[in-house]
Amino acid sequence: MCSLSKPLRQKIDRTKTINKPAKKPSLPPLNNICDIDTLRTLIKKNKVRIVDVRKKEDYLKGHIKTAVSLPLAELLANDDPESIIAILNKLGISENIPVVIYDDTFGALASRVAWSFKFVGHENVALLEVTYDTWRKLGLEIERKSNKYPKTSHPLKVDYSIFADAEYIEKAQNDKNKIIIDSRERLNFLTEHIPNSKNIPYTMLRSENSILRSPLELKRFIENRGIDSNNEIITYCGSVGTLSGLTFFALKTAGLSNVKLYPKSFKEWKSLGKPKTEFKDATYWDLSAE
Amino acid sequence: MAKSIEYDVLSSSKKKDQDTNEKWGLAEESEYFANKVKLYRQDKLNADEFRRFRLQNGAYGSRLNSEFSMIRIKVPGGDITPSQMEKIASLSESFSIGSAHVSTRQNIQLHWVQLEDVSEVFRGLAEVGLTSREACGNTIRNVMCSHFAGVCPNEPFDTTPHAKAIARFFLRNPICQNLPRKFKFNFSCCAEHGYVRIADVGLVPTIKDGIRGFRIYLGGGLGAASFIGHLLEEFTPESRLLSTSIATIRLYDRLGNRENLARNRMRYLVSEIGWEKFQELLLKERILVEATISIPTKTTFDGFLRSSSKAGDLAINQSTLNSRGKKLPVINSGSSNSPYDRWLNTNVVAQKQPGLYSAYITLGAGDITANQLRVLAECLREFSMEKKARTTPQQNFLIRYIKADQLPKIYNRLSGIGLGNPGANTIVSTVGCSGTTSCNLAITNSHRLAKEIQSKFLELNIDTDHDFVDSTIKISGCPNSCGQHEVATIGFYGGASRIGTSMVPIYTMLFAGSTGESGELGKAVMRVPSKKVIDVVMKIIEIYKKEKTNGEKLNEWIHKVSVGSGTNGVKNMEDMKKILSPIIELPPLTSAPEFYKDYGNDTNFVAKTARGECAA
Repeated sequence: MCSLSKPLRQKIDRTKTINKPAKKPSLPPLNNICDIDTLRTLIKKNKVRIVDVRKKEDYLKGHIKTAVSLPLAELLANDDPESIIAILNKLGISENIPVVIYDDTFGALASRVAWSFKFVGHENVALLEVTYDTWRKLGLEIERKSNKYPKTSHPLKVDYSIFADAEYIEKAQNDKNKIIIDSRERLNFLTEHIPNSKNIPYTMLRSENSILRSPLELKRFIENRGIDSNNEIITYCGSVGTLSGLTFFALKTAGLSNVKLYPKSFKEWKSLGKPKTEFKDATYWDLSAE
Repeated sequence: MAKSIEYDVLSSSKKKDQDTNEKWGLAEESEYFANKVKLYRQDKLNADEFRRFRLQNGAYGSRLNSEFSMIRIKVPGGDITPSQMEKIASLSESFSIGSAHVSTRQNIQLHWVQLEDVSEVFRGLAEVGLTSREACGNTIRNVMCSHFAGVCPNEPFDTTPHAKAIARFFLRNPICQNLPRKFKFNFSCCAEHGYVRIADVGLVPTIKDGIRGFRIYLGGGLGAASFIGHLLEEFTPESRLLSTSIATIRLYDRLGNRENLARNRMRYLVSEIGWEKFQELLLKERILVEATISIPTKTTFDGFLRSSSKAGDLAINQSTLNSRGKKLPVINSGSSNSPYDRWLNTNVVAQKQPGLYSAYITLGAGDITANQLRVLAECLREFSMEKKARTTPQQNFLIRYIKADQLPKIYNRLSGIGLGNPGANTIVSTVGCSGTTSCNLAITNSHRLAKEIQSKFLELNIDTDHDFVDSTIKISGCPNSCGQHEVATIGFYGGASRIGTSMVPIYTMLFAGSTGESGELGKAVMRVPSKKVIDVVMKIIEIYKKEKTNGEKLNEWIHKVSVGSGTNGVKNMEDMKKILSPIIELPPLTSAPEFYKDYGNDTNFVAKTARGECAA
């Protein structure tokens, strides 16, 4: 593939030299997003549980060193709090260990899993700032062997402050302080959306090489939108809360404290026959060059 | 916390040409815009004031939805670099709909951008030197320049530097921030390739007694009422380009109609006071301007002209230019119909520089995806010696300075991502404004219709037939001519008509319009229901094939019919109408409801429009 560029090599070398003498007992908890250097340090110290949410077969072909496999579909198959706890225990995730999650798309799948872990009470969780593909292209540590860790027994402390359902959305619709964010792409939003929701397409959130833009940029974006820390935000997307999961973490990164995810999203909303706003006065789909 | 990361290893070719971008945009204008949006949302700025400000900065309101904007990115002279394309690609993905749209005035438009995000797009544009400032509003709009300027075998000299200098001089210039209405410049390369007769100021380069200069046409323009521009004088030397331009703008600013929105373009002023009177006033005004113009002003303009000329020269390594001419590629191979040959025959043009070629990218009504833009950018870096492209008024791109032996390679790369369609210089490359896809004024979906016609033509291999070279179809979604239907061989503009008890989307069809220095306006033939346009066009082609004499091309034959000198069965427009009338008959609504609907819409047709924003 590609060879390493000079600045990056320096970055990696620097990490190495820093690591040896450092022997601090406890690291600060992860804060929603984990950069490459931090993860490499954690791997070396053996102080992290890395979760690979890609398909099992992709995991078997190669994954980040020490990572365990949890295909997103496995979590979605049964995502009530008890089942999620069972998954944490099976993966050997104890209450305090930092968890870093990655995928091969643009962070959306990882976000959905990370949100679920937070939901059942595992706070020390973050998304890796890059996708697996980028990690691999950078020539960082990967391996093929399947990892398994001793079973744990994680306590269940459901955090309903980050959760929303259809009923909650309905109440929020006319509350000026609560902002409903649709994370789908613009043309899908224009076609139909939950009444009174605003559109922040997931495509706005990423930068060229990272699954999320810098906190500074994200902060400016939401300030432009007239959103501030007094607002409560509820995010949703098309079906299972992946794109909106990414929005959840983007908004957290931007410094918003009160963010909720509607994991069942627009798919459930429609199946419940709830009202939608449709925009039929323009033929915008015909602008697409696809 | 995540740092902002930049890995050179992941983006090898990036940022190499960043610094050579000409600087039109200003980063501070982005912040200023963001603040104005906030004030507007907090009701501290009234809607009209905000609207004027928004338009001056290049953001239009979107169709019947004030939450969203269309951002019109100016491309001065149509000249665009790879890093600019890549930036537009990423901005379209982040804030728009994942594709961009080339306009008939060489702009690139991003549609359906949330008003609150517009400032972020401005910020990104400024990073690569671009701006949308004064792309809308009552100002000097994007200064156009023939996409062949600099490579046209018939040009006396390259007018790109002049177009850029005019653009630079008037951008943010206080003398043109509040004109009665918009104002358009068009520079040609030769008598054939410009759109000089339908601009407020159209300029054809010429050399007289060894001195560079122009034939300048004034007061042309398309719209609900269109006019062909008038020749100011036989020869305007290059040294009087600035004073003539300033004089025209001053005269228009002073005398133009500020009351009646429908009659405030300069062409109405010219038509109202009469050309002779206007010409006399203008020549007097120019004397005044020349007597009072300050030396710093003049020097500033000359400086712009010099630096744009230099920038153009730098882009191409002159020494490699004059290398021995490679053998012509098989243009007009005739027999072979391989996709490559089809593309070569209709999309590749020899330049005045021996052994070098320009290649068109045929888009569908100007639309291009973010990924396509990225591949196009790579192609420019790899295959174009000037490492740039031009947007064209036919809503395509032109890649120039390609060596003959590179043509197959560039074709492979382009066709791999759907950019290798043939037919650029034939009737296949149909023009369509944005229509009901985003415009407040549109009545019909001209955009989709243009794409439908293009697909139909490609399917029928129309591009391989030499009879259709130089003919055009151009479609506007309303009478306002953004699709430039009046300068097409066959033009259409959208409207609504009652048939029985239903409203039906219809187009008025025009014949025999043309561009260039001897450009003429098309003449209305008849009205055609939207869903019958393709049938009518196919019928015209059928009649033409039967009636044409001595290898005349479609545009030549249509011109003959339009002036009543046709032959045999079709002598004039009346004969044409008679033949076409049965085609436009609609079946009853109950048996064929789809004929009563517009393209891209499965509901019954309603002619819905809102206030236009062309005039601020």
